[in-house]
Amino acid sequence: MASGTEIGRAQAEEAAQLQSFRQGAPEAFEAVFHRHHGVVFRWILRIVRDRGAAEDLTIETFFRVYKAHARFEPARGFEPWARTIATRVALDWMRSKHPEQPMAEGFFAAVSGREYTDPAILAEIRDKTALAFGRLPPKLRIAATLAVVEELPHKEVAEALGISIAAVKVRVFRALRRLRRDLEQMGIRL
Amino acid sequence: MKENDENHMKHLLKHALPPVGHAEPVRDLWPAMLRRMDEHPAAPPWLDWVLACGVAIFAVVFPTVVPVFLYYL
Repeated sequence: MASGTEIGRAQAEEAAQLQSFRQGAPEAFEAVFHRHHGVVFRWILRIVRDRGAAEDLTIETFFRVYKAHARFEPARGFEPWARTIATRVALDWMRSKHPEQPMAEGFFAAVSGREYTDPAILAEIRDKTALAFGRLPPKLRIAATLAVVEELPHKEVAEALGISIAAVKVRVFRALRRLRRDLEQMGIRL
Repeated sequence: MKENDENHMKHLLKHALPPVGHAEPVRDLWPAMLRRMDEHPAAPPWLDWVLACGVAIFAVVFPTVVPVFLYYL
């Protein structure tokens, strides 16, 4: 187990690294990339649900991070800042896709609600939910994915989206209402 | 939408979406990162360009201020 001194030294080292990154040192950017790219990748994957795209978008995010190094505020912390940029990159990607394109294959693993036991009904609900969710506007989809599916704190989602906590709640509510309405129009009684 | 319906929709979504968990990129992203940086070298931020243009326009419109400006640099 790391001692308090070691943790303190590691924190000081990271702070110095981030300061160098802010000043534009290439080796500091490389170190920051290796330290944080996994977190950024997982954040993007949560939003886009496509591994290949998440890898490409992680690179795009760090490219924008690299360009914006002078605007980095160490007091805010690197990961919240990177999450904001990553969310914007992911949103651009979602907007560039056809709005009615269903989610990637395997996106919906299974609907395991106890209310539905017939495999045929489960499959129908899964497919139609996939279609309806894919049709949601990207802004609503991101809010619903992060706040409901990933159960992230509303504050964290709000920071990443650059909106208020109240606005996150509104988007989640609208996403769920619209999803329900679309499923009902498809003949799924909920 | 009633609270029960909202909770039901949340339940449906949570059970339908696979968790991301601790997924890692399959490939090493650093070489691709270097290629991306080589393709488009970082340009100065747009704000720097705006400021530079503003100073140039100011110098053209008020040329007499330039020596004073240089004196204080």
